[in-house]
Amino acid sequence: MSDVIISVKDLTKRFGDFTAVNRITFDVERGEIFGFLGANGAGKTTAMRMLCGLSYPTSGSGTVAGYDVMREGEMIKRHIGYMSQRFSLYNDLTVWENIRLFAGIYGLSKSETESRATELLRRLNFTSERDTLVGALPLGWKQKLSFAVATIHRPEVVFLDEPTGGVDPITRRQFWEMIYEAADSGTTIFVTTHYMDEAEYCTRVSIMVDGEVRALDTPARLKEQFVAESMDEVFRILARGAKRGE
Amino acid sequence: MKNNFLSFVKKESLHILRDVRTMMIVLLIPVVLMILFGFAISTEVNNLDVAVVAPNRTESVRQTVDRLSRNPYFTLIDYIDNNDIDKVLRSGKANVVVLFDEDYDKLLAQRSEGIDTKPAVQFIFDASNTNLAQTGAIYLQNAIATEHSQQEMLNMHLLYNPQMKSAYNFVPGIMGLIFILICAMMTSISIVREKEVGTMEVLLVSPVRPIKIILAKMIPYFVISCINLVTILLIARYLLYIPLDGVWGGVIVMSIVYLLLSLALGLFISTVSSSQVVALLVSAMVLLLPMMMLSGMLFPLENLPMILKPLPNIVPARWYIDAIRKLMIMGLPLSAVMKELIILVIMAFVLMGISLKNFKDKLE
Repeated sequence: MSDVIISVKDLTKRFGDFTAVNRITFDVERGEIFGFLGANGAGKTTAMRMLCGLSYPTSGSGTVAGYDVMREGEMIKRHIGYMSQRFSLYNDLTVWENIRLFAGIYGLSKSETESRATELLRRLNFTSERDTLVGALPLGWKQKLSFAVATIHRPEVVFLDEPTGGVDPITRRQFWEMIYEAADSGTTIFVTTHYMDEAEYCTRVSIMVDGEVRALDTPARLKEQFVAESMDEVFRILARGAKRGE
Repeated sequence: MKNNFLSFVKKESLHILRDVRTMMIVLLIPVVLMILFGFAISTEVNNLDVAVVAPNRTESVRQTVDRLSRNPYFTLIDYIDNNDIDKVLRSGKANVVVLFDEDYDKLLAQRSEGIDTKPAVQFIFDASNTNLAQTGAIYLQNAIATEHSQQEMLNMHLLYNPQMKSAYNFVPGIMGLIFILICAMMTSISIVREKEVGTMEVLLVSPVRPIKIILAKMIPYFVISCINLVTILLIARYLLYIPLDGVWGGVIVMSIVYLLLSLALGLFISTVSSSQVVALLVSAMVLLLPMMMLSGMLFPLENLPMILKPLPNIVPARWYIDAIRKLMIMGLPLSAVMKELIILVIMAFVLMGISLKNFKDKLE
């Protein structure tokens, strides 16, 4: 059976005369790690905001986790997780308080919160840091915790907006291991990134230029198609034609 | 989804509790201001330095001077020579010189017989500090005038604040100031901080309704302001001896409306500012300054030039301070400040409406 979790057709967003996202069409399957690439200003963020139920498309249609992006933004929000490039936990709350807050936001019961949080801390080897203020943790740890918190309600899709910005290579690796683990357990990962080596880790990659999706395939086939050695080269070939600057 | 609101209120309270320094400041500001204005800073003039010139130190002159020196408002420097008047004033040794006429006794006697004479006493004031000079002149006039006329020509009654204590005037002003400071400034900063740090984005992607996020932010500041209200009222009653019997209810109702209005103002500021610094500046420039100037807290509104007269009407604090003055100092019932109450309620609703709409629009 075809298990499509995100399906978008001709999705468009205009701000006045400016078409930020121009008729993008793609499907994402359950359990995929879907790389969403594009230079700054290519329309990635706008597209992602529409998928997260934060802004309404001007035209086109789409569903996320079975809900309509036009009409059911609130339902979408309940079934997705989100982690932004900017650190999104509260520095002045402890690890435990942060987990409890987000569990509460997603409506988890007390006992669910308790058991999932305990398990989460064990998995991350954070049990001893339970009552540490998050602000005192190293960035890499924070980033991992952030991801764990974004998936505390076991969402069907997780949107990661440049999750590894400013993180050292070793932590970046560990972070991707977490992403793989989540994908293996059936969570779909929708990730934007600037690191082309990370693009290689994705199941499939789409590249946006000037508000349009210019390429979409597995990293291997994209390299074949553009006769390139690496994803970096593929990206540069495509981005060269961009009309919009930074 | 019901318990997510509670988790939010808990989270906001934790933010405040964790920031011990800010919390202490917020809780102590009212106490410090009340004590400062109640005891230290006052528009009353105490210890006015008085020098006396008396060519003939007759019995009656000495009696008058003696009485002046015993009055707590005046400090007697010394008798000085006619030529030294300029020197003592210039050197700041005295604020005022009192000159008795050579024929003081004779002039007084003629006066009491109803004969028009030249003045028997003259004051020479150092008026470089107008406030001091004006107030001092009135005190001095009163003090000496009672000596002169057996039967008073004028009969004056000071209602509501017979001792003219300036604390009575300041307390309503401080209340107006503190609540704006805490509610508006602190809420706006705390909302903008989340935008700045990036956590707001995550909250907005979550299923929590934005209105809940905002309400949860307001509740802890509302509670803190209520604590402050209690502190202020207790200090007013038991340290400054402002009689509050029978007006508690009115003051509290009025204050709660004003608190809600301030919270709405804070939300409004947060929707128009992009960073904490901007929020702080907007609060200071757009709220505090006009509030101090145009609320009647420091300067009487009656002194405003004609074209500026309508301006204070849009300053919420003006209505609040007016109402609190009527309630607290004049001891009027709540029904006497209905106009102020209704104006504040309308202002609160309008502001809340505009800011919520503004907040929603910004999300798109």
